[in-house]
Amino acid sequence: MTQPTPSLDQVLPPILARHGNDPTRLVQILRDAQDQLEYLAPDTVTALARALNIPRTRVESCVEFYAFLHDQPRGRFRILFSDNITDRMLGNQALFEHMLKRFHLAPGQVSEDGLVSVGLTSCTGMCDQGPALLINNMPITRLTPRRVDEICDLVQSGLPLADWPSHYFKVEDNIRRAEVLLGSGFRSGDALRAALARGPEAMLAELKRSNLRGRGGAGFTTGVKWELCRKARADIRYIVCNADEGEPGTFKDRVLLQSFAERVFEGMALAGFTVGARQGLLYLRAEYQYMMPHLLAVLERMRAAGLLGRAILGQVDFDFDIDIHLGAGAYVCGEETALIESLEGKAGRPRIRPPFPVTSGYLGKPTVVNNVETLCKATEIALHGGAWYEAQGTKQSTGTKILSVAGDCERPGLYEFPFGVHVSEVLAECGARNAIAVQVSGASGMCLSPEEFGRRIAFEDVPTAGAFMIFGPGRDMFEMALNFADFFAHESCGFCAPCRIGTGLVQKMMHKIAAGQGTRYEVNEMLRLRELMRTTAHCGLGQTAGNAVFDTLQKFRPAYDRRLQDTDFIPAIDLEAALARARAMAGRDDADAHLGAQA
Amino acid sequence: MSEIPNSFTLDGQLVPFEPGQTILQAALAAGHYIPHLCSSPELKPHGSCKLCTVVVNGRHGSACTAHAMPGQDVQSDTPDLNGKRRLQVQMLFVEGNHFCPGCEKSGNCKLQAVAYDLEMLNPHFPHFFPQRPVDASHPDILLDRNRCIMCEQCVEASRDIDGKEVFGLAGRGLASHLVVNSPSGLLGDSALEAGDKAANICPVGAIVHKRVGYAKPIGARDYDTLGIRAQARAAAEGEGP
Amino acid sequence: MTVSVPAPHSGPAAGPRKLKVATASLSGCFGCHMSLLDLDERLLQLAELVEFDRSPITDIKHCGPCDVGLIEGSVCNSENVHVLREFRSHCKVLIAFGACAVAGGLPAMRNGLDVGDCLKEIYCDRVGPGGLIPNDRELPLLLDKVYPINEVVRVDYFIPGCPPSGDAIWKYLTDVIAGRMPRLEHPMLRYD
Repeated sequence: MTQPTPSLDQVLPPILARHGNDPTRLVQILRDAQDQLEYLAPDTVTALARALNIPRTRVESCVEFYAFLHDQPRGRFRILFSDNITDRMLGNQALFEHMLKRFHLAPGQVSEDGLVSVGLTSCTGMCDQGPALLINNMPITRLTPRRVDEICDLVQSGLPLADWPSHYFKVEDNIRRAEVLLGSGFRSGDALRAALARGPEAMLAELKRSNLRGRGGAGFTTGVKWELCRKARADIRYIVCNADEGEPGTFKDRVLLQSFAERVFEGMALAGFTVGARQGLLYLRAEYQYMMPHLLAVLERMRAAGLLGRAILGQVDFDFDIDIHLGAGAYVCGEETALIESLEGKAGRPRIRPPFPVTSGYLGKPTVVNNVETLCKATEIALHGGAWYEAQGTKQSTGTKILSVAGDCERPGLYEFPFGVHVSEVLAECGARNAIAVQVSGASGMCLSPEEFGRRIAFEDVPTAGAFMIFGPGRDMFEMALNFADFFAHESCGFCAPCRIGTGLVQKMMHKIAAGQGTRYEVNEMLRLRELMRTTAHCGLGQTAGNAVFDTLQKFRPAYDRRLQDTDFIPAIDLEAALARARAMAGRDDADAHLGAQA
Repeated sequence: MSEIPNSFTLDGQLVPFEPGQTILQAALAAGHYIPHLCSSPELKPHGSCKLCTVVVNGRHGSACTAHAMPGQDVQSDTPDLNGKRRLQVQMLFVEGNHFCPGCEKSGNCKLQAVAYDLEMLNPHFPHFFPQRPVDASHPDILLDRNRCIMCEQCVEASRDIDGKEVFGLAGRGLASHLVVNSPSGLLGDSALEAGDKAANICPVGAIVHKRVGYAKPIGARDYDTLGIRAQARAAAEGEGP
Repeated sequence: MTVSVPAPHSGPAAGPRKLKVATASLSGCFGCHMSLLDLDERLLQLAELVEFDRSPITDIKHCGPCDVGLIEGSVCNSENVHVLREFRSHCKVLIAFGACAVAGGLPAMRNGLDVGDCLKEIYCDRVGPGGLIPNDRELPLLLDKVYPINEVVRVDYFIPGCPPSGDAIWKYLTDVIAGRMPRLEHPMLRYD
């Protein structure tokens, strides 16, 4: 049974005090409040707005924006099945249905006793060990029917999650192929020492020499980014590590943070030293909240070792420390300006660029936003120099790249390859036979068919943020496009009209085709919408939202054609169903009370 | 470089600009209309409706946020861009519940005027027909979310001009909606006053004054005789030297 | 997409075949049909070019094979669906005629309400005879929502306006009859 809810007067003041009554920490405050209150009721919203002296609309806007913030009770056990296409390929839908049946619940519904709710969520970054779910923000992977039954039993027993056997929450690294980053031993502090010995100018020169490019997908030259930030006129600068790894199919940052956190944080300190920043912020996606205790412990350890905090490694003028911000469930926050909005305690809607974060970012100050992997690569350059680094990979894409391999292969997990590796080599290495398609770089990426497996993973050919999802014989590529259409409609932030409405229309049309009610008309409409979004949407989310539909239409057209009706028009509305309400109200069931299919 | 230092070309015509102006501002000042909805001369550039998307030196961008630069080649009045704009306006029409014949803003509505300019003959897409609440709690102002296009002009006007922050945008994707800054969430309990900029800036019929109704007869309304493009041209000439 | 209508020849020697036109009003107010009468003396010119099949003008109840169908009004009930389907199957070119047919119009303003609640409110919750929702099978059942006609059948052309002016109708029809891509510009193009 539900415990008595603690009163707002008891709950909120300590939370607010812990965050210094700072409205820019609103997302963190809301998360903490929700942890204790179970959900954010209108009274809580009003009280927080008053305490923080901000408009109530801003608090409301945040609560409604983030998928993991709730304005309704969600049960003491909140279960969310990861619903990426890789989870679906591993049978998550049957497991989801099974759990709903056991609890007698509809998706998203809370049980009458307030015990449990079961819903779906976007990819949780466990694709190599799916199907996966989150229960009160804790991941459980490798779901089987038996495991689902055990979870149901535990939930029904009411045993607090903290007392559940720990093996349920085990998350594997699955490092399958290691090179310089994943393979070489890293002595904490060495990279920073090397940088300090060089000095910021020389460090920057090495970085530029290395031609390191951002690993988040866009591939901007890191040295240029750091230099722009360093040269921007300002008193304060910030280093932000983008760990909002929301791109479906990507999980490399999870492993880097789980097992290489010192290296990530040292990369941030290195960036701070080079550009002249004293504060670092790690933006951790909500799905990785389970790592918080570990990451905080690592930070403590590094402070104790003199690698963070005041006068780092004895250098009197070098202070740098790191704070961790948790996201709250929004893919768009992977876009750097949306991420900064979220860091400032707002809904994550991307800003107008320019100005770019390097001149005006967090709190309007020059800010470097780098991907987790990029910051790790920076430590390699500090240790070994730009020339050494530049010798790996291709001319335009130097160094190695970590791929998150999932889907139909024998050994899913992390694979570190030098840039320039052929898609076919990756497939061979992970034990993928007769693949019919590879979706590179997630839902926003590129769908490759077998004749393209000779292409290279590199910025100049097939760029990627890391996701590498493999589809074996018999897979239906329409299902992937449908999954991604749902994903984008769910994740569109709503700021710009083409993406907000376009993703919704594409989703409707894809479901119409899935239901066997589609025609070539919808296919042409989706191509038009894709072109519109590609050219007019405000940020990368909208610009790429139609890619999967477009690519699969080009390369896997039969997957669509066999679903299409050979007619020029089928209504999107189900006319027979549209009469149901009136039929019931009038108590009729005669022949005239029905509308058959189109004559 | 063009002959006049601070100038760019818009559809082949030379447009002068003052440093700091956006492409849209410079174009409008010179009497060249680029369709737009979320932008207002009284507000900071917002860039959400994307109707003013132009091609600048071969790349797509919003004219309302892109700064004018010497020698830029800007394409706007092209069949491709106008076709996309028509599509975008059609999308706005099916997203909300826009029933022009029953709307007191009809004839004075910018969404409608832009749609006329783009020769939109129908909303084209299947309607979403969303359920959206109407807020009639304020003594002077009606908030009809059915007609809202999420341009956020009221949000900005209230914050930046009225200094009140009465409005905000909440939710995400198609569930995005206006929220009101009051404990009840109702307009009647907010600080909004009829004279506020936020109560008078809505380009569509989402925020209208009560007891006004169909004040101007058909034929005398804002866009009955002169279309929005012709008005933009006339306004530039009126302000010219 | 341009759908061409066989253009009638102008010379008397050519033996012009008049275009067959059918019209109907679904959930509408017949205002668009009234506006058709606003063609005034151009009605005589129109009569040279077309002859009417099913239409309130002829009182023919079912439309036969036609060149052009004009549909006023939105789709509100099952009978509207039947009429619309009949028009679509018999007319080479189908034109949505007026705001309701084009976008749902005023009838679609009920779309924010539950149709069951509407029926209850009208027939059950009010003082008066009956108290029952009519259930005669002669009566068409209401759809859950009111739809523009292009959401039920494929539609070739759209003449917006509540109603479209006589001038707009004339311009549009003469464009279609002449095989031109019909075009309406402001101020002839109106949604109210």
